Amino acid sequence: MSVSKRSFQLVACLSVFVFLLIGVACTPGGGSGGSGGTVSLHGAGATFPNPLYQKWLSEHGKLHPNARIDYQSIGSGGGIKQLKEQTVDFGASDAPMKDEDLKSAPGEILHVPTVLGAVVITYNLAGVSQPLRFTPELIADIYLGKIKKWNDAKITADNPGVTLPATDITVVYRSDGSGTSAVFTDYLSKVSAEWKEKVGTGTSPKWPIGLGAKGNEGVTGQVKNTPNTIGYTELAYAVQNKLPVGLVKNASGNFVEPTIDTVTAAAAASAATIPDDLRVSITNAQGAQAYPISSFTYILVYKDQKDAAKGKVLADFLWWGIHDGESFAKDLQYAPLPAEIVKKAEAKINSMTAGGTPLRQS
Amino acid sequence: MSAVTANQYSSWRRVLSPTGNTGDAVYRVLMLLIALLMVGIVVTMVWALATESMPSIRQFGFSFLKGRTWDPIRGEFGALPFIYGTVASSVIALLISVPFSLGIAIFLVEQAPYYIARPIGFLVELLAAIPSVVYGLWGIFVLAPFLREYVQPPLARVLGWTPLFRGQITGFGLLTGGIILAIMVTPIISAVVRDVLTAVPSSQREAALALGATKWEMIRVVLVNGAPGIAGAVILGLGRALGETMAVTMLIGNRPEISASLFDPSYTIASAIANEFTEATGDLYLSALVELGLILFLVTFIVNGIARVLVWNVTRKTGGVGRAA
Repeated sequence: MSVSKRSFQLVACLSVFVFLLIGVACTPGGGSGGSGGTVSLHGAGATFPNPLYQKWLSEHGKLHPNARIDYQSIGSGGGIKQLKEQTVDFGASDAPMKDEDLKSAPGEILHVPTVLGAVVITYNLAGVSQPLRFTPELIADIYLGKIKKWNDAKITADNPGVTLPATDITVVYRSDGSGTSAVFTDYLSKVSAEWKEKVGTGTSPKWPIGLGAKGNEGVTGQVKNTPNTIGYTELAYAVQNKLPVGLVKNASGNFVEPTIDTVTAAAAASAATIPDDLRVSITNAQGAQAYPISSFTYILVYKDQKDAAKGKVLADFLWWGIHDGESFAKDLQYAPLPAEIVKKAEAKINSMTAGGTPLRQS
Repeated sequence: MSAVTANQYSSWRRVLSPTGNTGDAVYRVLMLLIALLMVGIVVTMVWALATESMPSIRQFGFSFLKGRTWDPIRGEFGALPFIYGTVASSVIALLISVPFSLGIAIFLVEQAPYYIARPIGFLVELLAAIPSVVYGLWGIFVLAPFLREYVQPPLARVLGWTPLFRGQITGFGLLTGGIILAIMVTPIISAVVRDVLTAVPSSQREAALALGATKWEMIRVVLVNGAPGIAGAVILGLGRALGETMAVTMLIGNRPEISASLFDPSYTIASAIANEFTEATGDLYLSALVELGLILFLVTFIVNGIARVLVWNVTRKTGGVGRAA
């Protein structure tokens, strides 16, 4: 009797102890960050530039040990949301923010372009070794479900000398909401009136036909393992996985292979017409060597920073990124910004203030 | 209200501590809190889902449930294809998995010698511990090509006259999603059924055999005895199938359309949320996704409820037959 009573008491005491421990662990601990002159910044947003940003953070951290910056790749949508709620110091997005999002934000938001990405057309066709050539209409018609067979006259017309099978085309798209899909549908909306009317531009459009695969790796897996498929992925992913990649006819009428240089060329071609806020889509760009399905990716910051010390670190980090940071881009298969765009991005960073005083005038 | 009578007070005391021991009382209160915490979590989850989905509920009302269009660009949201895909893939999974699971459990408990039963039982349980993304990858690289080459073409040839096995053969789609779910659910169901069958008293078996029953007839007696437990195992598997996300989304084709053919791509609620939540911008879109989550909650409740009622009826009936025999 007394034994069981004692063990009951023991268990009870232990339970109370555990609960107290949990309570202590859960109370917000003071004294994190802020001490010793270190400044910590938090960023969140697009997944596409995440490998580059992580590289930037580690390289920048070596040079500036007092600046602790982290970045979480939670997706462009989440990044914009957190920036608007001011739970992060900077956001990141592949597509520029929409007007209504900018209006509902608590302050003016700047778009600082960092690097460029591209969407490539990949496919699985046995016995086809030379790269296929795609016109914009062809891509739109395949994704609209109007061209159903690989040996359709419209495909063979642009690919003389290639024997294409008389099989059904299996269309693969990204099922998860993604900047890649947004860039791809933005391009299709520009080149096809029917696409624009029936589907439109977005991260998760209502695809007229096809199978959805999750992530770049999912699209790659399905295309690699299913004969007669067509899909689209990010340039970096296609290069790393050595996928067959199609040439796309650009606005100047040339069939262009997606490479880092042709993507940078697309950005350079658009430099003359880029709007002041740098929010621009560069799909279907002019320029003889411009790859037409390219896009900027942006870091988003408030123009007027609340905290001067944090704002200074953020502005310096961005400055370092678009200059020294660009040298890491090519190794990771991102296209660096052309010089014209770097100039415009510099102006954006220099316009950042804290309480009205500029952050970068020293 | 404020005045607590001595009687009520003492009855509370009795509930908290029947022995009148303070240690017991503290312990009981703690355990009560832990139990209530679980209930509290469920309640707050439903509450959060309901409040977050209010914009979508207000905008679409009941038409959200029967709408067939899911177009985030145009702000049109209908959940029916997702509900259909969730229920259909789980039903396919159970249709395949339950016979297999029962077979595995019966073999392990009634037929296999000890030195075979142990390693096989261990391996089956190991299957339950594999992360679902691994099942998904295996599905993309092994299962889908296998189905496309060796299973779907003969099915289309023999049963192509039914609407169930038509359309483009890609290896991905509702059938593939259902099969991967069946494989994932089988270890859970068979492990629980094995424990249930082990728990059936040997006296039942001995009695059946003593009355001249064959081995098969004896196993039937054991199954009838274990019916409620077996039903519980199936419900457990069903719960896993309804909520499974990763492996299904990698194989089901992720297309919000209702098609009679099992070869065609489909979509489940859990996959849709996982796929679209990160990049969902706009309040209505987010709220429509949260409402999908709320619906998954309700679907799980309803399907579980139906399963329980069915099981209850069946066990009552077989129980009666058992008594009559």
